[in-house]
Amino acid sequence: MRKYIIKRILLSIVILFFVALIIYTLMRCLPTSYIEAMARQKSMQPGSKSFEEWMDQLTKMYNMDKGIIPGYFAWLGSLFRGEFGDSWKWTVPVVEKFHDTVWVSFVMGAISFVLELLIAIPLGIIAATKQYSKTDYTISIIALAGISLPTFFFASLLKLLFSVKLGWFDLYGLVGRSYEYLTPMGQFWDKAAHLVMPVTTLTVLSIGGLMRYTRTNMLEVLNADYIRTARAKGLSEHKVIYTHAFRNTLIPLVTIIGGSLPGLFSGALITETLFGIPGIGYASYHSMISGDIPFSMFYLVFLAVLTLAGNLISDILYAVVDPRVRIA
Amino acid sequence: MSDNNELKKKAENGEDLDHLSLNDDRRVKVLSPGAMVAKRFFRNRIAVVGMATLIFMFLFSFVGGLITPYSEAQQFYRMDMQNKQYAGVTLNSEFRFAVNEGQDFNSVLQAQMTLAMLQNKDSFTYRDVSYDVTEEGKDLYSVTYSGKNTVLAIAYKDIISSSVQGSSVPFALQYGALKAYTNDETSFTVDGTAYTIDEDGGLFRGSEEIAYISRYVAQAIMPDIFLTRAFKEELAEAIDSGDEDFIFTDENGETHEYTITYDPASKTWSVMQLTETLVFDTYSAPSKEHWLGTDRNGMDMLTRLMYGGRVSLIIGFIVVLIETFLGVIMGGISGYFGGWVDNLIMRLVDIFYCIPSMPIIIILGAVMDAMRVDPQIRMLYLMLILGFLGWAGVARLVRGQILSLREQEFMTATEACGIRVSRRIFKHLIPNVIPQLIVTCTMGLGSTILTEATLSFLGLGVKFPFASWGNIINDVNDTFVLTNYWFIWIPAGVLLLLTVLAFNLVGDGLRDAFDPKMKR
Repeated sequence: MRKYIIKRILLSIVILFFVALIIYTLMRCLPTSYIEAMARQKSMQPGSKSFEEWMDQLTKMYNMDKGIIPGYFAWLGSLFRGEFGDSWKWTVPVVEKFHDTVWVSFVMGAISFVLELLIAIPLGIIAATKQYSKTDYTISIIALAGISLPTFFFASLLKLLFSVKLGWFDLYGLVGRSYEYLTPMGQFWDKAAHLVMPVTTLTVLSIGGLMRYTRTNMLEVLNADYIRTARAKGLSEHKVIYTHAFRNTLIPLVTIIGGSLPGLFSGALITETLFGIPGIGYASYHSMISGDIPFSMFYLVFLAVLTLAGNLISDILYAVVDPRVRIA
Repeated sequence: MSDNNELKKKAENGEDLDHLSLNDDRRVKVLSPGAMVAKRFFRNRIAVVGMATLIFMFLFSFVGGLITPYSEAQQFYRMDMQNKQYAGVTLNSEFRFAVNEGQDFNSVLQAQMTLAMLQNKDSFTYRDVSYDVTEEGKDLYSVTYSGKNTVLAIAYKDIISSSVQGSSVPFALQYGALKAYTNDETSFTVDGTAYTIDEDGGLFRGSEEIAYISRYVAQAIMPDIFLTRAFKEELAEAIDSGDEDFIFTDENGETHEYTITYDPASKTWSVMQLTETLVFDTYSAPSKEHWLGTDRNGMDMLTRLMYGGRVSLIIGFIVVLIETFLGVIMGGISGYFGGWVDNLIMRLVDIFYCIPSMPIIIILGAVMDAMRVDPQIRMLYLMLILGFLGWAGVARLVRGQILSLREQEFMTATEACGIRVSRRIFKHLIPNVIPQLIVTCTMGLGSTILTEATLSFLGLGVKFPFASWGNIINDVNDTFVLTNYWFIWIPAGVLLLLTVLAFNLVGDGLRDAFDPKMKR
């Protein structure tokens, strides 16, 4: 087992190396408009150096004067020294900006993840036990509609209904106008109220996938021989489903849930941008469209790490949870 | 077939079928695998609804664009009452100068003279030449060389302007008229011609009005408009009484409404004329001509939706085609050959799985924005990028299927028959993967359309003048549109939702229909 895990981790590192290389190459191929703009701005100042001199100095400063491959290794080197550079757009160290934003995203992700589990798994089980009934069809259609909903459309509908028509929540932002004057408790509720719509969006859009996954796996288990045996033994239907079937359905569920845990840190790019929540997704969206290479680079590699970690966790969990899986 | 029907009828009538041998084909109804799938698919009511929705969407997008009387980027106009800058009025508080014909009195001298007038001096010297200043009337001065009689120039505050369009008042007349006006005389003579001045400041030669005098300076904003005296007088009256708007009927009998606003900073009154102007028919509500109203650019919404659907569907299909093409080739090679080839391709798949595609596409979109890529070429790039980033899933699926199929007997048989490798892969393995592939592609179509719509919504995908369902909803970023114009964004959102949902339903139905283990 240990050997398997070590092998997987080493493989992940190799994959990460190449993913980062691809991302770095892509970033370097972007027109260096940001540096140019900055150099132009600096050379405009009275008594300043010429545009070309600034350009040279800035490209050197940002390690852009080297070729792509040496530049990549230089970047990797600074990565190992723990230097991620300064964000151009936010003018603070990348790590600091990351630290400022990631927790908002994590809280949002975690709440909607718990809600997703609480709603999707029971619904999936009900749909599977009542296969081909009206309940099954209704649940399946709702789940598919959730998958098919465009984020921005659903978010706009929520805004129209709850912000414009009912006036319950603010359209944008994490805190209200009078946040500074509230008591700590009031500040907490203010933030909570601002998170309602984004969390609803995230939850509704993610329920469908997990629900269908639960249903498929539950159906597979329900068709298994040991369920027939359990029924033949004369066990109550309740016991058959919740003790025998559900426990076996948990195996794939646990692996997929474990695998999606790292994703909680990745932030919701579209949802955060739409609702103006200053999380990691929002910050990186604005970094990306303004050509902030250090921050975008950091975020993309961070996402790749999360994906790899997720795959690794779910594979390991699969081996741990299911006694039938034995790794040589 | 007719044979079968006949047999069925016989069976229903209780006639015996004993004369047919047991293994006669006609005893059982034989369905091809395809027909079985179709039968199972059409029994699934939800999938059929999805199919019908898809057919509707295709008709809507591809046929609708031909039927609609409007074209994709046709703009509509409407007449609108708009306040336009018409004239500016100032109350003259500065001395103005008129220089006698054949004399030179430049601006330096004018400034010197103004200084002298303000200090109430009757002479001033500049560059060893001295000048005499005479007060001729109220706010009217004339200047001569010291001890000489010829008037060099006059300085005045009341302004005399010609009543006849395009003509100017000669200096002598100007001088005489102002002299008479400021001294409250009603008649004067210049060059032997007698002139009269009425109490409103009108200047007459005999009974013909040639000019008028007023302290208000009114100038039209557009150079081709001549402000008549009557208009100027009424305007002056309105300003004097502090009115904010007035109505004037010109000599052609046309009545216009004007509004007057005073700007204390520049001490001017600006006069706006309410005129009918041709404007883009933006955000007009649904009507008979435009069933879903018009959008921000005054284009018919329903037509835009049709063309938008065309773009969204075409992009979806092409992207999925690229994905499948790459995926099948890579997956096929990987699954069939195994070994180091398989290992290499699968690591490549791992890498592509790991690349965060949405951020990458957003970055590329921003770059294309910066480079001002032509919208049409941009669409092409978008499809290529989406397709190139999405093949890994298909490759993994194809490889998995082929790995299990490879071990089956029919593959051993193909090997024994000595069939070429490429033929074995593409003729015998791939067709067996096609059911799963169709399901994945159908579902993939839905998600590709969603991705494209999201990008277009963010303004990084399909760009104006091309419509796509995503960039139609883009308008909702404007909170005013979100609140007031539902017909701009709700229909596009609903179409998008229905299309993606339909693709998913059909995909689900196909998966069930292809699955031989399905009980129904």
